[in-house]
Amino acid sequence: MHNSESAVYEQFDDRTQQHEASNLGMWIFLATEIMFFGGVFTGYTVYRNLFMTAFEAGSHLLNARIGALNTVVLIGSSLTMALAVHAAQLGKRKLLMIFIVSTMCLGGVFLYIKFVLEWLHEYHDGLAPGLHWTYAGPQSGHVALFFVFYFILTGIHATHMIVGEGIMAVLLYMAWRGRFSKERYNPIEMFGLYWHFVDIVWIFLFPLLYLLGAHF
Amino acid sequence: MAEHIAPRKLYIFVFLGLLVMTVLTWQIAYIDLGKWNTVVALIIAIFKASLVVTFFMHLRWSHSMIRLVLFAAIFWLAIMITLTVGDFFSRSNEQPWQASYTVSQPMVSSVKR
Amino acid sequence: MSSSEVAITPRVHYLNVDYGIKSWLLTTDHKRIAWMYLMSITFFFAIGGVAATLMRLNLVEPQGLLVEPETYNKLFSTHGIVMVFFFLVPSIPAVLGNFLIPMMLGARDVAFPRLNLLSWYVFMTGGSFVLYALIAGGVDTGWTFYTPLSSMYLNTHVMAAASGIFIAGFSSILTGLNFVVTIHKMRAPGLTWFRLPLFIWAMYASSIIFIIATPVIAISLALIVIERFFHVGIFDPALGGDPILFQHLFWFYSHPAVYVMILPSMGVMSELVTAFSRKKIFGYHFVAFSSVAIAAIGFLVWGHHMFVSGQSIYAGLVFSALSFAVAIPSAVKVFNWTATLYKGSISYEAPMLYALGFIGLFTIGGLTGLYLAATALDQHVHATYFVIAHFHYIMVGGAVMGYMGGIHFWWPKMTGRLYPDGWARVAAIIIFVGFNLTFFPQFILGYLGMPRRYAVYPPEFQTLNVISTAGASILGLGYIIPLIYLAWSARYGAPAGPNPWKATGLEWTTSSPPPTHNFEETPVVTEEPYGYDRIAEEIQVA
Repeated sequence: MHNSESAVYEQFDDRTQQHEASNLGMWIFLATEIMFFGGVFTGYTVYRNLFMTAFEAGSHLLNARIGALNTVVLIGSSLTMALAVHAAQLGKRKLLMIFIVSTMCLGGVFLYIKFVLEWLHEYHDGLAPGLHWTYAGPQSGHVALFFVFYFILTGIHATHMIVGEGIMAVLLYMAWRGRFSKERYNPIEMFGLYWHFVDIVWIFLFPLLYLLGAHF
Repeated sequence: MAEHIAPRKLYIFVFLGLLVMTVLTWQIAYIDLGKWNTVVALIIAIFKASLVVTFFMHLRWSHSMIRLVLFAAIFWLAIMITLTVGDFFSRSNEQPWQASYTVSQPMVSSVKR
Repeated sequence: MSSSEVAITPRVHYLNVDYGIKSWLLTTDHKRIAWMYLMSITFFFAIGGVAATLMRLNLVEPQGLLVEPETYNKLFSTHGIVMVFFFLVPSIPAVLGNFLIPMMLGARDVAFPRLNLLSWYVFMTGGSFVLYALIAGGVDTGWTFYTPLSSMYLNTHVMAAASGIFIAGFSSILTGLNFVVTIHKMRAPGLTWFRLPLFIWAMYASSIIFIIATPVIAISLALIVIERFFHVGIFDPALGGDPILFQHLFWFYSHPAVYVMILPSMGVMSELVTAFSRKKIFGYHFVAFSSVAIAAIGFLVWGHHMFVSGQSIYAGLVFSALSFAVAIPSAVKVFNWTATLYKGSISYEAPMLYALGFIGLFTIGGLTGLYLAATALDQHVHATYFVIAHFHYIMVGGAVMGYMGGIHFWWPKMTGRLYPDGWARVAAIIIFVGFNLTFFPQFILGYLGMPRRYAVYPPEFQTLNVISTAGASILGLGYIIPLIYLAWSARYGAPAGPNPWKATGLEWTTSSPPPTHNFEETPVVTEEPYGYDRIAEEIQVA
């Protein structure tokens, strides 16, 4: 087991400094993530306003019900992640492991729905520009543009989730080996920030991709 | 330690709030509000995101520096979107390449700006 | 072994604490990482320099002396990509910033040493992608990767080069993140924000740009790769996209990136000007906040690269006005350095020669930038050699002069040795002369209408082009000389002692080369920086 002294890296004076530094560092990283997604969002905003009807037509081809379901799944995983951090703060190892596993499972459900029930489906329906595009309605080119943005945005989002699943596997192993304690749970907390950020991105993606225009 | 330990009940309440807002935003999409559909959906999304940031991400108990970082990122994102979109929607004349595209696909001209 | 070496037990410092390739490749010491960056970017500088040399040689003859136009396109693309993304952007931040920030703050290391090492590996991974692209046959998009040329029409190694820059971007992000956290959380007791050296303020400002802007270039290059790979029309008008959108995203990074290159140089300048005029900086707060102002306003001006590319004229007006605004904080800096020199006891050591060169060249580069920010005049000189000359006055006359000055100033700290000052002064003067001879004719060429990026040109431009090429060869010589005497001095130079320049700043209070954790004990700061009045008194007493 690590005592509180050995949990401080040599460049820091104490645990408070270390905690504040890693917290600030993580938030700055999230700021870069905001700008990273922001570049695509900027392109999306421009085209959505230029080609309003085509984007609405594209949006109607997506299944809003599945999107809503996935939103609920991801919000649920955010809750379990918050509870995992909470358990770590209290130093409850078993509870921490349970919540990490449930976060991983919910993330897995999200990815399953995304890949199998959505992407694969869209690919077969000829809604994947560049790979399989058979949409023959009006403004096919601009509807394709909507789907390009749909795949890029959900693709980058899913990539972040897959990375998150990998990190969680490591955290789970570390928790199992008893590497965390009431004094030392920084990695869990920092990862929690990342996971919640991924959740927030989806909170914006859901209305912007699935709910454009009125669905009757 | 400086970190704040929030009661577990709070997280559950936040989760329920997020659930309600998800259902709300989904159901509102079935009502025709014209261009306000997107506005309303985005407002709800901003509320949801603020809930996550404030409670799940502990911003409520964080150093003001952290808030500044978040503010800076959103601020600069707003700059990027505003100035870029500002260009696209203040163009007074059709570009040559746009004109040729419009001819081949007459549908487009009616939706542009 | 001679008797003198036996008599004195060699002091343990960061360079001799450990030997072998592994002790370098796995180090987390910020000073060693700075050295690894120094070696890498010198290598990239050489590649970019060779490309530039070939270009200048080719332009001796109006019909092209050496290469085919296609090869010429690859040469200027190589020069631009390598110099911007693999030399200028990491130059001062990754070398001097890494070496100095913890020392100037009185810290043992940066906040995240392992992340720091990782960022070097990320940088080298990106670099090897670009090297692969060059070896496999080159890339001819120009460093700007404009669409749809880059995404649809060129069959060169665009994807490898774009991926390389994408990856190297994360190195910038990690470095910037590390620096901001370090500056916020690792300052020594008593080192308040307004006691920080101005180099730190400049590095802080450029780190903000790293953090905010770099992700955007990453995503826009990723979009190019996606567009090429899947053949979808994100930026291709034929498939429904808009090429100007790419230019927006690209310049949202690449204009602030110009400030990433010049701001650290300005930080170096504040250190040099004070140290060699033996004076406190004039208007500390103004210099400090002008760095932040440049970083902030620098994000609002990117559209001035797009005045003639189909951007709305109203947007052009706004961007033009904002571009004029960014001149204000830049001018504040120049005025303050000049005022610092006023009535100072100036001495002309090599770093100071670079500093004085910087002030003049940066002023020329900055003022010609105002020409380009004026929408009407830009119609005439856009994409001519006028632009080339302008940004080389900033990038080479500003950023590289600052980098050279900084390297010469802190070399005794990095190696513990002095370099031959006479040679260094000669090299500084050669670089100054060669630089002006290379790039001043290009202002005239551009104003007369010679477009950039062409392998051939009308014969009436030959005289000026030959002068420019002659200047480039002098400039090249000027860069080779320091390489030789600096390498020589690292081994054979006279021992420097902790503070050869009698300069202020925490980095000069520790021994040269510094011990692994920089200071024997954490320093406590009790006064404002640049207390040269006090040092003068001490010297008089002694």
